[in-house]
Amino acid sequence: MIKLRQVLLAGIVICQAFLCQMVLAAELVIEITQGVDNPIPIAVVPFSWEGVPPLTEDVAEIVGADLQQVGEFRPLGRGNMLSLPDEAAEVFFRDWRILAQDYLVVGKITHSAGSELIQVQYEFFDVNREQKIIGEVLTGTVDQLRDIAHEISNVVYEHVTGTRGAFDTELLYVSAQFVSPELTWYRIEKSDYDGQRSQILVESQEPLMSPTWSPDGRQIAYLSFETNLPRIYIQEIATGQRRQITDFPGINSSPVWSPDGTKMAMVLSKDGSPDVYVMDLNTNQLTRLTDHPRAETEPSWTADSRNVLFTSDRTGQPQIYQVSVTGGFAERLTFDCFYCAKGRFLPDGKNLVHVRRDTREDNSYSIAIFNIETQRVLTLTNTSLDESPSVAPNGSMIMFATTVNGRGILDAVSIDGRVKFRLPSAQGDVREPSWSPFFD
Amino acid sequence: MGTHSKNFFKTTILALSIMGLVACSSSGDEEMASTATRDTSAEDAASAAARAAAEREAAAREAQARIEQAALNTTVFYFDFDVSEFMAADRDVLAIHGRNLARNSSSRIRLEGHADERGTREYNLALGERRANSVRDYLVVNGASLSQIETVSYGEERPAQQGQTEASYRLNRRVEIR
Repeated sequence: MIKLRQVLLAGIVICQAFLCQMVLAAELVIEITQGVDNPIPIAVVPFSWEGVPPLTEDVAEIVGADLQQVGEFRPLGRGNMLSLPDEAAEVFFRDWRILAQDYLVVGKITHSAGSELIQVQYEFFDVNREQKIIGEVLTGTVDQLRDIAHEISNVVYEHVTGTRGAFDTELLYVSAQFVSPELTWYRIEKSDYDGQRSQILVESQEPLMSPTWSPDGRQIAYLSFETNLPRIYIQEIATGQRRQITDFPGINSSPVWSPDGTKMAMVLSKDGSPDVYVMDLNTNQLTRLTDHPRAETEPSWTADSRNVLFTSDRTGQPQIYQVSVTGGFAERLTFDCFYCAKGRFLPDGKNLVHVRRDTREDNSYSIAIFNIETQRVLTLTNTSLDESPSVAPNGSMIMFATTVNGRGILDAVSIDGRVKFRLPSAQGDVREPSWSPFFD
Repeated sequence: MGTHSKNFFKTTILALSIMGLVACSSSGDEEMASTATRDTSAEDAASAAARAAAEREAAAREAQARIEQAALNTTVFYFDFDVSEFMAADRDVLAIHGRNLARNSSSRIRLEGHADERGTREYNLALGERRANSVRDYLVVNGASLSQIETVSYGEERPAQQGQTEASYRLNRRVEIR
């Protein structure tokens, strides 16, 4: 029973910027599993490029994929396009009305004179009204093509749906790669919301859990067993620098930043059983929010940073409760389920996404949304080993973990359940997704 | 009586006495001989009984030592779904572990608690800890001291067997003594 201690700090240093490519990340590949019945038809014409060599990313393809993945749009296949305009002067709206397109995006990419930068000019049209909605020029390096494409997707999405786009957001997740009975590699990775550009932030031969974002998107916190005991760490993404912030006996788990960034909720069992505590990140002062001999765990915050939700099995099975950040009476929120856990509010503060097992006889754990005003429940998934729901910052989609054919994968579903896409990994299991905030 | 009669009488008395003595002494010898035989066989019987008793005791001690060793070699304890108390059948084995720790005050162990993968990961950390604590408490009741025991929960993070069958799940709901 010799436990190997990995050289984690060296790993952190290695996993910066360009060197990270040497370490194989989980490689998530997106699969769309369900779309809406009447998606909005949109044509995104391949952007023209005047330069040499060929670009590494196809901007129009990324925009089309973004819009299709959230399920509300159906991009037109290139083979069906009657013409390939790259600017307004070349657009014949009739070509697009014939194809029953509601929207059109065209663009051209050029070199910025005298620099390494490129310019992406795009224009977005309402086909039926024959009107240009917006045109912009976005400038960046060749490496930023993907980011520029996501920016365009955001503009289109927000104009059509009225909701801010989240195509430039990111995910954290845990990957576990089983090598032998004595060796599993655990990693915390970061990727684009669609699984692209994954990089390893933490790597260990002992379990890693609960990765979570700071509200400004610059740091992460997580639970690591690298000392053979579960302890909480904070790590700066850009530099890899990290510090251990807890060393209490027993369980130290479930770190969650308050939305205002000043506090960290966590679960500690140092006083006899797991309870929810809040640590002030400036003073390190610890406030105990629950004091019950059963298990209190899985905290999350309300948007105003004033209340904390948590899971408690004080009545026998896990249910979801809410308590003020100053402590006191814990109000039970869920009543109609055998097992309700891991509750998180959508940005509207009314809808609670959670893991739900409806009855004792029903053996499946699914993702559901509970409206605390109407008391109505909507089950979003038909898989049965679901866990770890995380909400996109624009409230439109939920990423969660599930098991399919024995493999741990990430799934995403829209909050009305109509749209689904899937992010399985090429190697090993992935789980515990955490959707980033907006990067303002 | 004439002298002859007196002499005859004396002789007769003497003879009789001598015969009596001889008779007495000979019957005493026999008695002593059979007592001695009885004593010898009693002695043999007693020591044989003592030897047999000693052998039985030794055999019992050996058997007990084997049971204890088997118990000490048992280091994984399984749990029913959603239950954090160890099984009644494990009570004796755990008692032996507890007494063993009591006898060896410098011994240290680590109890690692686990859960199967159903339900949420963080709640399963709590469940694994409850299981480890349930074993810890019984060891303490049987003489171990808290300072000899470290408890850690791995929740569902370190399954003994991958898989989504009841058979796999049963192997994962466990506490290990290390």
